[in-house]
Amino acid sequence: MNTGLSDNEIISKVLGGDQQAFAGLVKRYQNYVFTITLRYIPSREDAEEVAQDVFVKAFRFLSDFHGETAKFSTWLYTIVTSTCLSFLRKKKVNLQSLDDERVFASADTLDSGLRANTIEGKSKQKVLNEAINLLSTDDAQIITLFYKAEQTLEEIGQILHTDPNTLKVRLHRARQRLREKMEKHFPEEVKSMQAD
Amino acid sequence: MEERLWNYIDGVSSEDEKSLIEKLLASDAAFRAKYQELLGLHQLLGKVELEEPSMRFTLNVMEEVAKYGVAKATGKYINKRIIWGIAAFFFIMIGAMLVYGFSLVNWHATPGTSIIPIDIKKWEPSKIVTNTYVNIFMMVNIVLFLYLLDRYLSRKRAERMTGHSV
Repeated sequence: MNTGLSDNEIISKVLGGDQQAFAGLVKRYQNYVFTITLRYIPSREDAEEVAQDVFVKAFRFLSDFHGETAKFSTWLYTIVTSTCLSFLRKKKVNLQSLDDERVFASADTLDSGLRANTIEGKSKQKVLNEAINLLSTDDAQIITLFYKAEQTLEEIGQILHTDPNTLKVRLHRARQRLREKMEKHFPEEVKSMQAD
Repeated sequence: MEERLWNYIDGVSSEDEKSLIEKLLASDAAFRAKYQELLGLHQLLGKVELEEPSMRFTLNVMEEVAKYGVAKATGKYINKRIIWGIAAFFFIMIGAMLVYGFSLVNWHATPGTSIIPIDIKKWEPSKIVTNTYVNIFMMVNIVLFLYLLDRYLSRKRAERMTGHSV
């Protein structure tokens, strides 16, 4: 469905009254939106609900998107950020406590995971995903936006309302901390990655 | 060193820095090893799989979306004439106050007799703010409020009737 069409072409169709064409955009971006949402909201159930809300908002305010000056993905991720923050505000979740909670939860799964690790071995991607989960929300989010959502620093700047130069430094530090987490929690995997 | 290498890997280093790094990569084995290590992480991060929501996700979104319509662009429902009208009102008010203020100035006052050359005794707000004016002002506001409330409720009722909240 609409797989060959560009984002702007699909948007034109939706604005022209073809509501079903929006499903093409949902399918194209649902994994990106869900992944970024999970960086803020660790519960998959809540994250899915929020991600759904993001697409509904995007649909309702599609007329406000200006395809000639911005990328749809950048606009969509701006909605993700504001919707997640508003969800956390409603639930009165402090981002710091969220980070702590997520780190402890990840550390627990890591402890058991590491024991199994020696027997079955983890894929590099799984190791990396778990290490990203150990990072703070800010670090995990910037890495996700840069690598997974393929946004440039300028675009991330638009999403997070932050200067790209500041983001460059934050990205360096986030990658540095990611390496530290990997070396601390997955020393064997890191060694094997370096040997590859 | 790491920050320079990351800039190089991200493609954001300047031309001078780029050539310097390339020279170091060709000559310094430790620098090259660090580069390989960071490049490995960079490439790995680029390959990380995305999380997937449930199978019904698209369907759920489309079901939800079907209840709504696309809202008008924000720029379309902001009436510029209203904005200009409000601005004009404030400019006229400021202008009228300035004219009134200058009309009270005693231009023949001798220097040193008064710091402000305005005859304060002439200032009688009760002449302007009479009960009649206050009543008229209040009445206009109440009528305006009732008119806007009626428009808002009518729109809400129309939305409910059509089943769309545009």
